[in-house]
Formats: sequence, structure tokens, C-alpha cells
Amino acid sequence: MEMIYFLIGCSVFIALVFLGAFIWANKTGQHDDTHTPAIRILFDDEEPKSSDTESSTQLND
Amino acid sequence: MQNKAINEKIYCFHCGDPVYSDLFQEDSHEFCCLGCQSVYSILSTNNLKNYYKYNDHPGKAQDKKAEHLEYLNEPKIAQKLIDFQDNEYTHITLYIPAIHCSSCIWLLENLYKLNTSIVQSRIDFTKKQAAIKFKHSEISLKKLIELLIAIGYEPIITLQDVVKKQKTVNQNSLVRKIAVAGFCFGNVMLFSLPEYFGFGAIDKEYATLFNWLNLSFAIPVLLYSARDYFISAYNSLKLKQVNLDVPLALGIFILFFRSAVEIIAQSGPGFSDTLCGLVFFILIGKWIQNRTFYHLSFERDYRSYFPVAVTSIQNKQKQPKAIADLEVGERILIRNNEIIPADAILLKGKAAIDFSFVTGESNPVKKTLGEIIYAGGRQLGEAIELEIVKSVSQSYLTNLWNNENYKQYNRKFQTFSNSISKYFTIILLAIATSAAIFWLFNSNTDKAWAAFTAVLIIACPCALALSSPFTLSAALSIFDKNCFFIKNTGAIEQLAKINSLVFDKTGTITSPKSQHIQFAGHLKESELRAVASVCRNSSHPLSIQIVNWLKIDTLESIQDYQEIAGKGIQANVNGNSIKIGSANFTKAKTEADAGSSVYIAIDNEIKGYFSILQPWREDLSTLISDLATTYDLHLISGDQDKDREVLQEVFPANNMHFNQLPQEKLSYIQNMQSSDKMVCMIGDGLNDAGALKQADFGIAISDDINSFSPGCDAILEGSSLNKLPQFLTFAQDAMKVIYFSFIISLSYNVIGLFFAIQGTMSPLFAAILMPLSTITIISFTSITTHIYARKNKLKSS
Repeated sequence: MEMIYFLIGCSVFIALVFLGAFIWANKTGQHDDTHTPAIRILFDDEEPKSSDTESSTQLND
Repeated sequence: MQNKAINEKIYCFHCGDPVYSDLFQEDSHEFCCLGCQSVYSILSTNNLKNYYKYNDHPGKAQDKKAEHLEYLNEPKIAQKLIDFQDNEYTHITLYIPAIHCSSCIWLLENLYKLNTSIVQSRIDFTKKQAAIKFKHSEISLKKLIELLIAIGYEPIITLQDVVKKQKTVNQNSLVRKIAVAGFCFGNVMLFSLPEYFGFGAIDKEYATLFNWLNLSFAIPVLLYSARDYFISAYNSLKLKQVNLDVPLALGIFILFFRSAVEIIAQSGPGFSDTLCGLVFFILIGKWIQNRTFYHLSFERDYRSYFPVAVTSIQNKQKQPKAIADLEVGERILIRNNEIIPADAILLKGKAAIDFSFVTGESNPVKKTLGEIIYAGGRQLGEAIELEIVKSVSQSYLTNLWNNENYKQYNRKFQTFSNSISKYFTIILLAIATSAAIFWLFNSNTDKAWAAFTAVLIIACPCALALSSPFTLSAALSIFDKNCFFIKNTGAIEQLAKINSLVFDKTGTITSPKSQHIQFAGHLKESELRAVASVCRNSSHPLSIQIVNWLKIDTLESIQDYQEIAGKGIQANVNGNSIKIGSANFTKAKTEADAGSSVYIAIDNEIKGYFSILQPWREDLSTLISDLATTYDLHLISGDQDKDREVLQEVFPANNMHFNQLPQEKLSYIQNMQSSDKMVCMIGDGLNDAGALKQADFGIAISDDINSFSPGCDAILEGSSLNKLPQFLTFAQDAMKVIYFSFIISLSYNVIGLFFAIQGTMSPLFAAILMPLSTITIISFTSITTHIYARKNKLKSS
């Protein structure tokens, strides 16, 4: 039954890792904007450009 | 195309407004104006047509004003606007109210395709902000802003960028505290379960280990998660007050102390589970209470209205200067549509000032040379030169915010839970002490200690601390759904106490949106067409309204179009000269008339005039008569009393006041308050700002919640004004829910106290009673709040 000491140690350690991950995410501002990323993920990838790559004009230069 | 225009309505490909002419076409798409078309051509040449793929008509109608952005090149001013700058890159966060759909996010995050000097742009949709990083050696701040304006996303640049300041710093640290408390609570529950079911004989050896683990999990909860309660309790005791945090902090501390004693002495399992659960729940309550609307700002003052800079003239050199740096005696140049930032004397030019911010009157006032013009007016017409006589912060209008006596006159606002917590704590301590004394007299020291701590633990007002946040935040979201945005939960308690209502007139009980147009005079069909064709070319709000009202689809071609700012427009149509504009411009004899008038002259002959009136808001008379039965109603308007007779039917005659200056509105409210009235001011615009702030509850009416509204307690969308009686009743109902839940939580306390004073409370009993009372309170408050919302017809069943 000594195994239980080891198991408790493991479970608390893993839980602490997740708590640490959450606090890190929170500190780096990952919960600041919870709405925009949900929209952003729906944007399609760029359509393959055919010929107009070289003709793309720069504005305000 | 002409045929098509008659048969079916065509909508602008960019903004979705109806298209009246076929002048603006590109790639077989039609546009309502040159502005929309030019945005489209910029996007299409830069391969950004996806913008139109995600949404139909993602753009906003373009009403370009002449922008003077030279001030952005001034390093001193630019420094105040940017967030951060290093050798290569500049970071800036801009507030762009036009952000409204996924296309906006897509386009603004692809800015680097328009200009490679923009390294990165990220949009925060709820706050309508764009954080942009750019190479300042390649693109100046001015160029960047011009680029945004060119694609139809004009940022609002003010020195008081309140929305930007509202960062979620506080909420984030609270979230971390909740995370720690939740983590500890979960683990403690796990280690407490064997205790709940009773240890078997073999497992007894683990009991000590589990107890020590529980105690160590309770330490971060006590020291980190619950820290704010101890700080708040200490601060309130220092001020010789007792807020609800005092019994909470006391309960938390006793919980920990007794657990530590029991575990160290190995006399019992302690109360770590109750401690962690309690802190976890009350922190969630606090988090719910602190919810705010990030896209709205309730703290704006004059600086949000005023421009960042004006053109100052020094030694005949024109130079942009930040308005805070303006000095008395300085010469400034004010162009068409610019706001006069400080009280000044007119030196040069014809001034026609629109004082609608200050007085509520929108008809421009003419000023002669040498006359003093007060700050807050908007110049219409040609550029004028002024000499400043008072600094910006000392000027007549801005003085309202520096008014000392209303800063001091801040009625101490007591929330319900704070006002009862004093009695609660005293009674609690009395019961605990008398129970302890009773057992001491019976020479049972153990029981005395047990009873004393158990009373403080069991009566810890956790459920009570949760009843207000849960009820009020449920109420807040119901108000929110009805387009009534209240600053915070505390303000709802304030709203429930209101017994007098003060209304402003223009823009509040009249609707600026659905303007009512009448034409006095007679025009032939062909003449109407000509008028519509000329007005179509102007972006002046009155011209747009006239075009929309005339509803003419076929247009004539026009020549020699000219727009004279502040006066009118003129053009030749089929050889006739058409003049549309003010009485002065068309040389009409002025007729006294309510509202704004637009005169029409064809070949110098007056044909008549359009009068544009602001109609009363819908259901105004029912609204007022509903309110009149329970509330004391007042009207204070900056306008002349031309509407007195109409309003007399609904408002009591003694309570109507016209020609009121902003300062007079403020003191009117002060007078009412000194006769012990709880005043709610309902107004709009800068001229009501002082009164809104002074009132016990200030409601700013707005027809576009993203536009600027003055500092207030709540923003109400104009279309929801008719629900005001329901809002007031519902706020009172919400308070009833809080009183009821207070009784429920007290009865739980009484049951608990029955066991506590006998010194026989087991940890398991506390661990069950505390969450049980919490869940009862949360479900009771949310269910009853929604029942009351349905009763008040604020929620469909």
C-alpha cells in the first residue's frame, strides 16, 4: 500500500502542471480577447495567386 | 442600367445603401458614391476582394470630411498616442468604431498586404480596437491613419482614450485567484472523501497524511486567493466601518485557525474543505459582479469630444499644437467642422457656430468680430482665426468637470449588503461570545472553544455575499438584452431607489434619427428631380435626408456643382441655376420656424423650403403618463420654450424649464437632491454631462451606442426609452429578490447556529451546509430574477 504515497505525489504534480499552464496562459494575455479568435479561425487560406503577384500595387508610398 | 434602376432597387456593393445613379461602377459592381467605389478599387488592386466574400455589403457608408491630420507629424503629440516605440517599430492601439463584422477583422488583419511597412495588425472585436505594429522609418503615423481612412476604417483619436485603458488586469488577477482556489478545492475534496465515508481500520494511517495535505492546500487559498478579503476588511475597519468582507475574513481566518489546531493536535480532520469551497464560491461571485461592457465607456468627459490638436498661428506660421498646451493669448485657426477648444475672441472670418454640444440648439449662431466664442462650439463655414482668452481646462464648458463642489458632493452610496453587514457582524460576535461564556461557566473549555469557532464558521455570510452579485448580474444581462447598458451591478441598486426623473428635451424625448421632413411651397416634377440630383452630390446630413425623403430614382446630369460649407449648394441643371441652402444663401426672407429649414431657389426665385423637425419619440405620451403616477417628473431643456404648450399636456407646468445652461441644469439637480430626492437624469450630449454626473443615476440616451456619450451610469438606446417604467420596476424587483435571498440565507444560518452553539458541529455538517446554502441562493436568485423579468415584459417566455 506504500504505492499510494507515490500515486498521490504524481496526481498532485500533474494537477500543479495544469494549474501552472493555466496561470501562464492567463498572464500572457491569452484570455484577454475570447471572441476574435473564434472568428479568425473561420477565414480561408489565401487563394493561389496566378499572375497578379508582381502587379500588386503599393499604396501610399 | 437606367431601366434596371427603375425596376428594382440596386444596393451599393460596398456599403449596402440604395444606389441612385449609375455614375459609380467598377467590375460590374455598383456603388452609391465615389467613397465606396474608391475603397473597392484599393482593395481589388491589392487582391483583397475576399473582404466582400465573408459578408454582403461589409462596408460602412462613406461620409468623408476634410481631415487635417498634420498634427500626427508632431512628435510631441504622436508620443501621447502610441503605446511603445523602439528603434525600428512603433506599436499603436487604435479605436475603430466601424469594426462590426468578420470582414472587418479579415481586412484589418491583412493590412500588411496594402503596405509592407505594416508588420502586424490584430483586432480585438469586442473592444473594436486594432493593435498595429509598423516600421516608422517607412510609414509615418499620419500615413497609417490616412491608409485606414482610405479603406473606410477611420480611427477615433482622442487624448482621453478610455476604452483603451479598460484593460482586464483586475479581472485577470481575480481569475488566477479563482484558479488557485478551484485547484485546491478539488484536491481537498478528493482527500476529504474517505473522511466523509468513514475510514476503515486499515486506512487509519492515511488519515493523518490526508489531513496534512488538506492543510497545506488551504495555505495558498488563505494567503493568495482570499487575500483581498483580508485587505478590504482591514481597510474598512480602519475607517471605522464594517463591510461584508469583515465577517467573511473573520470566518475564513477562524476556519483555517481551527483546522490547523485540530490537525496539529491530531484531534480532528479540520475544515479545509469548507474553507476552500467557501473562498472558491465567493470569488466566483466577485468575478460575476465585476463583469463590464468592454466596448462601452461610461467615464467620458470633454476630452473625448475635443480634437487632439488645433492649428496654432505663430509668426504667421501654421503649426499643429496639442490643445492642452494652448496658452492664453495664442492665435488659432479653426476650419469648417472643427470644434473650438477654449474660450476665444473672434479675430478674422465669418463665424457661424453650432452650439449643439453646449446648449442643445442645433441652429448655428452668428458671431461678429471681437465677440467671445465659448469652447465646445463647432464652426460651420469658412476658416476663422481666434485668440484664446482662457486655457482649455478653465473654459466655460470644461469648467463643468473641474467644478469643485460637485466633486465633493458625492453622496455616500451604500449597497444593501454593506449596510446590513454592520448589524450582522455585531450579532454574530455576540452569539459566539455568549456561547463561549456559557460553556466556560459550565467549566467546559473544549466546548467553549468549539462553540465559539463553530458559530463564526457556520454563520460566515457566504450565501449572503453571493446573493447580490448573482441577482444583479442576472438583472444586468436582462437590461443588456433590452439595450439598456448599466455601468455595473452596484448602479442597479442605485436605480431601484430613484423617485424623481429629469428629462432633457432635444435628442432625449425627441428622436434625432427619424427626422420628419415637410416641404412648404410647390415644385414641379422636373424641378423635384433637379433638386434631388443636386442634393445627391452633397454629403451634408440635411441633403442626404432630403434625397432619402424625395425618393427619386432617375437623376439629371448637373454642371458647375459647388458646395459652400455652412451655407448651401448650387449647380446648373438643364440650364437652370439651382440654389439649395440657408435663407441667407438663397436670399429668402427668413421665416421663424421650428427646426432647421432648407430653402430652394431656382433661377434666383424662392420656390419654398424643406423644414426638418425632430419628432417626439414613439409612445412618448404613454411613457410620461405611466411614469407620472409613481415618479416626480421634470423637464430641463437648453432650447427655447417653443414646445412648452405641447409638453404641458404631459409634464407638470411648474417642472418645465427652458433656456437652461449646462451649469443651471447641474444646480437644478443639486437643488432637488438637497430636498432629499433621488434623482435620475435622462439626457444626451455634452450639455447634459454635468447634470448626468451630478444625478444619483445618469442615463445617457444614444441612438448609436458606439458613438460618444458623456459620462453616466447607464447608456440607453433611444428605441428602448419606452421601456423605462419597466426598467425602473425591474430594478426594484431585483432588490426584492436580494431581500428574499437574505432571509433564506439567514434561516440556513439559524439552523447551523443551533448545532454550533452546542459545540457539536462536525466538519461534515459544515461541508454539506455551506455548499447547500450557496446552491440554494444561486438557483433562487437566478430563477426569481428571470420570473420578474418576464413579469415586467423584459423577456419573452
